[in-house]
Amino acid sequence: MSMTILTVDDSRTMRDMLKVALMDAGYRVIQAVDGQHGLEVLEQETPQVIITDINMPKLDGFGFIENVRRDERYLGIPILVLTTESSPEKKNLARRAGATGWIVKPFDSAKLVDVVRRVAA
Amino acid sequence: MDTMAAIRETFFQECEEQLGELEVGLNAMDEGVADSETVNAVFRAVHSIKGGAGAFKLDRLVRFAHTFETSLDLIRSGQLSPSTTAVRAMLRSADLLADLVKASRSDHPVDEARVDAQIAELKALSEDVKEAPASANAAGGEAEDLDFQPVLLQLDDFGASEPEATRYTIKLIPAPELYRKGNETVRLLRELSRMGEFRVECDTQHVPPLDVIDPEGAYFAWRVELKTAEDEAAIQELFEFVIDDCELEIVVDRAGAVAASEASPPAAAAPIAPATAAPIAPAEEAPVFAQPTAFTSADPIESVAAATAVEPDKAKIEAAKPEMAATPATIRVDLERVDRLINLVGELVINQAMLSQRVLEAGLARSSSVAAGLGALEQLTREIQEGVMAIRAQPVKPLFQRMSRIVRELTDATGKVVRLRTEGEATEVDRTVIERLADPLTHMIRNAVDHGVERPEVREAAGKPAQGEVKLSAAHRSGRIVIEVSDDGAGINRQRVREIAIKKELIAPDAQLTDGEIDNLLFMPGFSTAQSISNISGRGVGMDVVKRSIQALGGRITIASRPGHGSIFSMSLPLTLAVLDGMVVKVADQTLVVPLTAIVETLRPKVGDVHALGVNARVISDRGGFAPLIDVGQELGYRRDAGDPVGSVVLIVETEVSTRCALVVDAIHDQRQVVIKSLEANYRQVPGIAAATILGDGRVALILDIDTFVARTNRSGVGQEPLLAAVG
Repeated sequence: MSMTILTVDDSRTMRDMLKVALMDAGYRVIQAVDGQHGLEVLEQETPQVIITDINMPKLDGFGFIENVRRDERYLGIPILVLTTESSPEKKNLARRAGATGWIVKPFDSAKLVDVVRRVAA
Repeated sequence: MDTMAAIRETFFQECEEQLGELEVGLNAMDEGVADSETVNAVFRAVHSIKGGAGAFKLDRLVRFAHTFETSLDLIRSGQLSPSTTAVRAMLRSADLLADLVKASRSDHPVDEARVDAQIAELKALSEDVKEAPASANAAGGEAEDLDFQPVLLQLDDFGASEPEATRYTIKLIPAPELYRKGNETVRLLRELSRMGEFRVECDTQHVPPLDVIDPEGAYFAWRVELKTAEDEAAIQELFEFVIDDCELEIVVDRAGAVAASEASPPAAAAPIAPATAAPIAPAEEAPVFAQPTAFTSADPIESVAAATAVEPDKAKIEAAKPEMAATPATIRVDLERVDRLINLVGELVINQAMLSQRVLEAGLARSSSVAAGLGALEQLTREIQEGVMAIRAQPVKPLFQRMSRIVRELTDATGKVVRLRTEGEATEVDRTVIERLADPLTHMIRNAVDHGVERPEVREAAGKPAQGEVKLSAAHRSGRIVIEVSDDGAGINRQRVREIAIKKELIAPDAQLTDGEIDNLLFMPGFSTAQSISNISGRGVGMDVVKRSIQALGGRITIASRPGHGSIFSMSLPLTLAVLDGMVVKVADQTLVVPLTAIVETLRPKVGDVHALGVNARVISDRGGFAPLIDVGQELGYRRDAGDPVGSVVLIVETEVSTRCALVVDAIHDQRQVVIKSLEANYRQVPGIAAATILGDGRVALILDIDTFVARTNRSGVGQEPLLAAVG
């Protein structure tokens, strides 16, 4: 039974890249195009890990994480934040919103999979 | 296709979309009608492009996108005000970004000087900002220090200890928040264990009895003894993400010997007393804990939460959830497949029509169940056809946005101040039509700015605002798409047009023309009012080329103008090129189709209308003048002699060769939409014939290409030789 990972990113390019990297590593991937959509997808299925972008329309990464963390159903799911921004302010925001970990773009597949393995025992 | 190549393609397609969004948003900012969401969207567009560019190592693109993004971030955060200067700089940057994307796609060189100049302009803007920009990190080199600690897969190795190894005592008391954020002590401990020799103890003394446990509480305290070559910073980095959610203490043990197995409590000011837990085995891959019983009695928060009846405050969550609007789902399809599908549907339509015909001919009553079934089939087929056509339909928005940029460049080049307004950008048309519209539209926009709109001084003198406006609109109207290019300039100078037309011998010096007819002289070949051929509108590329392009698409173009107020060019185009509105006519024993867009009028001539001109030619009275009569049957070789126009039907058609011609046919069957079948693909190209279609009776009907058909005949109506002598 392979693990399911939800990727939330408004960029099709990023979604494709994440999907390829994660599927190659044997994970099953479900996708959402922004925070709002991500919450909808979560209604249908609970993944074992969530990877989300920060800058997205409708509901951004922080808002999305906050919503997930408020929901008892998704307690304890590791959420990784994927972004090109690396400022300390954004890191703190992510942390306070409830992110588990942080990956900076551009990433290479090996690094991505490594982090995923580490947060998802 | 190779996956990475496919994703790269996706990236560039996405760039186009992002650039479009960028354009729209910046224009809104330029007009002062942008809200914070618009500014955010603009920022995100550049951010997105930068992200993808980084993934594909398009360094030039990343470098500029980064500077651009930084400036946009300043505007977004309110540190830089979106003044006209700033927004114009952003617009120029957007144009450069678009060019860089294009250059990166085809790996072409880039004008470095231009990039540097633009970067300088953006940086100059940020210098006005008092506070230092928030996110000023360089594009590269961000990654390493913020990533997770690289895994140190150190095999446990008691014998030969690293000479540099240091001993640490780490105390960790997680707070409930740590778990809520998806972190797990087990993972943290596992990471620590990978750093070297590792021993861990768990203090469970604060775990309350099961009946009072809060499943979301945190009651454990951990003490780790680690011997590692890593420095303290590395250890702290491991806890970077949980640092707010726990009590953490890392003590470097300089004193040397650390007790092995049975741990005796160090006299630390630690808030906890380590439990006298069972000895812990040295670090392995699997997490190791104290008494299994102590651990399992208070399982990971999740399962306990599941076991107890913790009711999530559903109402609160529902209220907190933002409004769920439907997200449009799309898939990408190979264009070839779509074309094949459209072809097949065309066949379906033809076959269905044939079936209907045969059933009727077989004498089945209209009220019979078969006829009723056929009616339903016809309805369904039509709906399928419309649905399939719609697949290839795309909004005109990207095309309009290209025009926006052209207007901007022209504004800079001509010194005129012009604004482009667009309407109906969401209107959809078949993508082939859009592609072929680009050039004519560009030309008309250029004309509008170059010739239509006056210089600011002239406008002001005339009591108009200095800024001129060009409006570009698209709308669906009676099954076609109507696109209008209008300007609020000086309108057509009819006097001058007339003079030029006379000089170029396009009209007789004493010709009487209505205003509308003078305006339409612009469409005549070889006409150009530019005193000096400006680079902008091109050398001698006149409106005649535009008109021909539009007509080649099956469209029509007209012009209306009011002196002092401006001009409107109005184009009507078919929604798709796969079907055609045609008039089905009978010529000799053949059935032909004449495109409806070419037909201006139909009439039944009376004796007095027809006049002889020379030996073989005839003309018909038409709007105060004469139009040459062309006997279609004779031209096509269906019969040797021309029939008598009186008693036949005459179609007045308009071409760009001669203004109006009269085609003589025997009768009109009806007017209908026919599916276009290519003659070239199935036979060969035949001059005068545009394509073919299959009628309900199964026979092939040729579709006339009016322009070439008429061109092959002299104006006097006598053909060179029958076009289709050999073709039955």
